[in-house]
Amino acid sequence: MKLPLTGVINLIHEADEMEALTANRCLATVPFGGRYRLIDFVLSSMVNSGIPKVAVFAHRKFRSLMDHLGSGANWDLHRKQSGLFVLPPSMEDQTDFGKGDLYHFYRHRDYFARSASDHVVIARSHMVCNVDFAKVLDQHRESGADITVVCKQTPEGTPGLARKARVDETGRIVEMQDHFGRLDSDIVSMEMYVLGKELLLDLVETSLAQGRDHFVRHSVLSRLNQLRVHAYMHEGVLGVVNNIAAYYRHSMELLQPEVWRELFFKPSAIYTKVKDEPPTHYRSGADVTHSLIANGCDIEGTVTGSILFRGVKVAKGAVVRNSIVMQNGVIGENGALDSCILDKDVEIRPQTQLRGSSEVPFIALKRKVI
Amino acid sequence: MRKNECIAMLLAGGEGRRLGVLTKDLAKPAVPFGGKYRIIDFTLSNCVHSGIETVGVLTQYQPLVLTQHLGIGSPWGLDRREGGMHVLPPYVRQKGGTWYKGTANAIYQNLGFIESYDPEYVLIISGDHIYKMNYDLLLDAHKKNNADATIAVISVPWADASRFGILSVDEDGRVVEFAEKPKNPTSNLASMGVYMFTWSVLKEALIRDEADRQSSNDFGKDVIPTLLADGARLFSYQFSDYWKDVGTIDSLWEANMDLLEERPSLQLNDRSWRIFTASPNQPAQYVAPTARVQGSLINEGCVVEGAVNRSVLFNGAQVGEGSLVEDSILMPGAIVGKNAKIIRAIVGEGAVVGDGCRVGSVDAAEIAVVGSGETIRLPEELKEAEPV
Repeated sequence: MKLPLTGVINLIHEADEMEALTANRCLATVPFGGRYRLIDFVLSSMVNSGIPKVAVFAHRKFRSLMDHLGSGANWDLHRKQSGLFVLPPSMEDQTDFGKGDLYHFYRHRDYFARSASDHVVIARSHMVCNVDFAKVLDQHRESGADITVVCKQTPEGTPGLARKARVDETGRIVEMQDHFGRLDSDIVSMEMYVLGKELLLDLVETSLAQGRDHFVRHSVLSRLNQLRVHAYMHEGVLGVVNNIAAYYRHSMELLQPEVWRELFFKPSAIYTKVKDEPPTHYRSGADVTHSLIANGCDIEGTVTGSILFRGVKVAKGAVVRNSIVMQNGVIGENGALDSCILDKDVEIRPQTQLRGSSEVPFIALKRKVI
Repeated sequence: MRKNECIAMLLAGGEGRRLGVLTKDLAKPAVPFGGKYRIIDFTLSNCVHSGIETVGVLTQYQPLVLTQHLGIGSPWGLDRREGGMHVLPPYVRQKGGTWYKGTANAIYQNLGFIESYDPEYVLIISGDHIYKMNYDLLLDAHKKNNADATIAVISVPWADASRFGILSVDEDGRVVEFAEKPKNPTSNLASMGVYMFTWSVLKEALIRDEADRQSSNDFGKDVIPTLLADGARLFSYQFSDYWKDVGTIDSLWEANMDLLEERPSLQLNDRSWRIFTASPNQPAQYVAPTARVQGSLINEGCVVEGAVNRSVLFNGAQVGEGSLVEDSILMPGAIVGKNAKIIRAIVGEGAVVGDGCRVGSVDAAEIAVVGSGETIRLPEELKEAEPV
């Protein structure tokens, strides 16, 4: 059923400390979980919740994003009406590029004006989670809040960069700080904001009129006193993935079957671009344990505690431990990896040994031959 | 409209009776194959890679699963503004209608469809076989020979020849004799059921065949022999790669096992000739610390906690801790509990083999089959017994 909610995935000035992994791509298209890109999680959540129309506000290095999203058909967003809208910066001149997200929302205000839904959800691409926005919207309406922010209680903290919030007993957010703030709270913001369309357009206009162009800082954080901003507590799995430590840790969490089941199936499936790879071939002599393996791999060696993306080859005698090997990686004979992240199309020559640590994994750039 | 030089008509109405419980609720072309695919994916992908982008798919027997799988042809890139894939079930006319009486009659009933594309050539294929073939080369040979019809053939062991339509050819490859399932074969060139026809010749032959009350309206039994008797230019086209009719439980099992060889004669991992299929969209497979997987093909969405040896696991299949799956096929969503033993077996879609159960055995003459959706459990009193 259609949910009266319009989706926005906001890639403008996303906090990104992914180092080499975002050298040639935006954060949204960092490969994750063996066959996905980060943006797949929030995009699939929106589709599964019944959101009929989603705009992706593209900003920088978006070739891989356009390639990945295509017509939106893989997320069932290739539709006669509504569907997927990719909105790159619409600029008067080059200096506009550096302006904040509110400016870009303003330039694309027709997108909001033309949507039939009376509510909007503004989200980021780097939250690895499976959220039902219908429940968020329900709570938003029942609580009478002006803005509802999806949050998650994380007693162990998060290695990724996330805003922290202090929530009172009524569920109202009374304080919220950027990731570098000193607020002592274990509630992190998942950067998903549900609000009325009219309120959003009003905030865009008034903030810009005051020379302010940053949605969260200038339209939400500075108005915590005037607006009723409430938290919706997400119960499911969450990975805030915008630095290497978080990328590695949350990837490895997928090797826990309960995390795998929850993230990929509850409440609904996560979609991605289909690649038509055949099933993975485990040859005699292969020794694979405690790993997540995508299709199209050809494994003759040993793989343990690792994630192999689509089309990876592990030759005879090679050993892959605690590592993440992205699409089409090749590990030559007797090669050995421990705690490495290999970007796409990396080739490890025979006999080569590479070693990082779980705190500082060794990272190989796309298409490197080592 | 752009001119279509060649269109394909894909016969997909077969029941596949010899596949028993596996085709109880679905047509043979929809039977799962190779850990990810359905049999029809191979011919559809061949069409696309051969540059044939107008395909009529003739359905009849149990079409639900098949038509769901086909959709509007998107997985094969056949959802086209012009041409593309069309599902063609039998239909009713003003003066009533009939089921497709035979392979030739199925095409005859769709003369109008073919006419609307006005092709030079029509390729007749079926959705029953596993092979990768470039039909464009077949068309080249057909044109070079100025043939009326060209039949793709493959050499089969002499012992098996009496199971096929057998062709005898002269040194130019021209067909001199055609015998459907001969008792004493004079050649070992078997028809693959892949025919390239010059459209004007086929049209006339179909109209004549339909008018013949004695005819069983079948290509192999009627149309080809009649054309041959009339002196039409019938040529053979020798194909020498992997080709398999997976019409029986044994051949289906064998063809799956063929994929597990060190160098399979049918290479699925071929970037230049991808086999496309409707994606089930499931996460990467999880191989647990207790798992041991050897010489097997495993698809996305699987969870392996036990041992898997020389087997094919389709999407979403699960193997519990302490279980052994050997020389077997687990079809989509098949679940094997803990401490179970599956040997030389095919477990159908969504079937459940409970904890401690045994299916099949090393020395059984026949491949054991658990039908789709079936559940096998131990009687309650055995549940506490020793693990097998």
